[in-house]
Amino acid sequence: MPLVKDGRVTDDSWTAVGDDDQRPDGCSIIVSLERWQKDREDLRKCNQPLGIRLKSDQPPSLIEEDLGHFGLIALEFPVYKDGRAYSYARRLRDEMGYKGEIRAVGNVLRDQFLFMLRCGFDSFEVQKEKDVAAWKDALAEMSVFYQPGADTRTPVLSLRQRKIAAKKST
Amino acid sequence: MYRYDEFDQQLVNERVEQFRGQVARRLSGELEEDEFKPLRLMNGLYLQLHAYMLRVAIPYGTLSSKQMRMLAHIARKYDRDYGHFTTRQNIQYNWPKLGDVPDILKDLATVEMHAIQTSGNCIRNVTSDQYAGVAADEIEDPRIASEIIRQWSTLHPEFSFLPRKFKIAVTGSPHDRAAIKVHDIGLIIVRNDKGEVGFEVYVGGGQGRTPMVGPRIREFLPKNELLAYLEAILRVYNELGRRDNLYKARIKILVHQTGAEKFAQMVEDEFAKIDKTGELNLPNDEIERITAYFADPAYKELPTISADFQAKKSEDPAFAAWVANNVAEHKVPGYAIVNISLKPIGGIPGDASADQMDAIADLMQKYSMDEIRVTHEQNLTLPYVEQGDLYDLWQSLKAHDLATANISQITDIIACPGLDYCNLANARSIPLAQEISERFGTGERADAIGELKIKISGCINACGHHHVGHIGILGVDKKGVEFYQITLGGSADENASLGDIVGPAFTEDKVIDAIETIVDTYLDKKQDGEKFLETYRRVGLAPFKETLYAAG
Amino acid sequence: MATPAQAVTANRLNDGEVVYLDAAGNWAESLDESKFVTDKAEAQQLLEQGEKSVDDRVVLDPYLFDVTIENGVAIPVKKREHIRANGPTVRLDLGKQAAEPVEFKKAS
Repeated sequence: MPLVKDGRVTDDSWTAVGDDDQRPDGCSIIVSLERWQKDREDLRKCNQPLGIRLKSDQPPSLIEEDLGHFGLIALEFPVYKDGRAYSYARRLRDEMGYKGEIRAVGNVLRDQFLFMLRCGFDSFEVQKEKDVAAWKDALAEMSVFYQPGADTRTPVLSLRQRKIAAKKST
Repeated sequence: MYRYDEFDQQLVNERVEQFRGQVARRLSGELEEDEFKPLRLMNGLYLQLHAYMLRVAIPYGTLSSKQMRMLAHIARKYDRDYGHFTTRQNIQYNWPKLGDVPDILKDLATVEMHAIQTSGNCIRNVTSDQYAGVAADEIEDPRIASEIIRQWSTLHPEFSFLPRKFKIAVTGSPHDRAAIKVHDIGLIIVRNDKGEVGFEVYVGGGQGRTPMVGPRIREFLPKNELLAYLEAILRVYNELGRRDNLYKARIKILVHQTGAEKFAQMVEDEFAKIDKTGELNLPNDEIERITAYFADPAYKELPTISADFQAKKSEDPAFAAWVANNVAEHKVPGYAIVNISLKPIGGIPGDASADQMDAIADLMQKYSMDEIRVTHEQNLTLPYVEQGDLYDLWQSLKAHDLATANISQITDIIACPGLDYCNLANARSIPLAQEISERFGTGERADAIGELKIKISGCINACGHHHVGHIGILGVDKKGVEFYQITLGGSADENASLGDIVGPAFTEDKVIDAIETIVDTYLDKKQDGEKFLETYRRVGLAPFKETLYAAG
Repeated sequence: MATPAQAVTANRLNDGEVVYLDAAGNWAESLDESKFVTDKAEAQQLLEQGEKSVDDRVVLDPYLFDVTIENGVAIPVKKREHIRANGPTVRLDLGKQAAEPVEFKKAS
């Protein structure tokens, strides 16, 4: 599945490791929450950056104490209609101050890219090739945002405030 | 009323083109129906029995004449010359073609309207009091908060894929005309001990399969913190609301299963984590900017009572009856609030023809400072009419079959579209409303019955609000035959209550007689000036049950 | 003689119009033009034929429904299908019935 990061298709530097697979050396690995809970001590010895994949019923509060160990947190959309991971991403960014990569995995589709970006996702395992090609178009569809998000897009409220300030200063 | 600035306008324009692209991708096969369906629903487009149906938002129920004319234009150009005003301050078109919908939305955008989030598992069109700004007992115009919420909830990146739909209602008066206690979130504008204006917050009310009156979770929420608090409620719900069972996915189930007190604490905990120095903290500038749009219009100084109006009332009993039923007191002397009934005797509740819409637009301009409100009871309200104009207005309304004098009477029935249009319905609703309306009509008998709210739903989803009808009727399907279950004693106002089921359901040919039996029982039991609901609350279900099922 | 039978119906993708699969494998707007089948295997086959049109982006959600054939005229068993075949019972000027008004039959 193509990986989109910083707006470009990128090679994935991470390797997913199954719960019963041996931990490979010399590469960055992504494990499940179950594996992390079981093999925490072993995994912490790992010299490579560690990633974790959370299912949609596994809130990041379960790993809040351990966030420092993870360079990547993959949040799963089992179906795109399951929107829990949007809130998880917001929590990770806004409330827990997580600065690492947050990756959208699962049923990741074009019409949700912008919502995901705004909630703090910064890499995307995109399901359809065609959606990858449409990445730029999908992001350009909307340029006005009412809500503050976990990204750098300026919400309307701030734009209005600037307008008011500019008016006052002239 | 609120007017779009360049940001509001651009967002709506972009959303139109985004949807145009989504429709094109559907028609080209790039999107399958499974993927397209939630996208079209988030733009108010359903597939019903006979055709697509487009639901257009009328945020908190306010329209200008220009907007009303556009609704008429759309009915003519793309549909079958009529529209249906719903219980959620929306209008529905029943026959649009898929390929036309982007053009319809584009036309709507030219008058600052849209269909954004009128369906789907997201925050729906915010509803409010049709008397906003003109009710004497109002603390603050609820449309200010409603507009703030409309903007915040529009294309919210975090809350567009909730477990289920989410409805917010706001009232600024202690007398609740917006049914806020049967909404996912209900807000009442209140003043605290220090004289500050803020919100009392109710959460987890709702109708449908599991009707509930929402408990209060916050006594006083300061104005500036509104959005941060809503965001806290929604975040808790988005994470914990059930997604395994469609029928248990609404927030009311989460609140009920968690317990209101504990749920309130979870919201407070989340609220504490949200940065209230940031953008979610509403600056006074912004509140003032929006408030200015809802400032009082330039009222004239008028005598409290217009002599001419009084004279016309005594000359013309039909006019006097219309005034008694359809005209409400205004906060400014010499003005009146006029309710236009969309419930002609024997007609379809909430329907208006394109010609009627145009006629109403003319009357809005001539008599009501260019403004009208759409009510959750499927009627319209002219908020700024001078008493001296009432007689002329009434005559113009009569000419367009819009002067039925039956507001809050037994024939002012809420009915969902039911099996005549709706894909989810089990039974028809409209024919029942028509038959009841014809049976009781207007005039002396209807006046003797007085305030009696009948609400009819064609299925358990309760779009016809049957749970909160003084008399509620629910259509059910028994082996392909329509049956109707009756509830009594529901109410959607500040003393909200859910109706009690009287007993076994009635067949279509028996249900109108059953309603008549209930009415007769009430008239028999009523004391002094008691209204139906008061009598019911005093005597309970038993006497009604007895008369209804005695013969059987 | 009343014979129970089945037909396949769907809504057209472009405009939502109620349509019926006919003997030639096309989607017709009138129930009268529909193909009716009486045995289970045939019904299944008809449904599968209809489902192909979903991929071709002609219709949405095809399904089988029951009718009774009386004197050569098909009458839907369920009120829902009766209403789909004709139009809203409260607006006889709308829907398929508008072209050729029919008296709506009350539930028996």
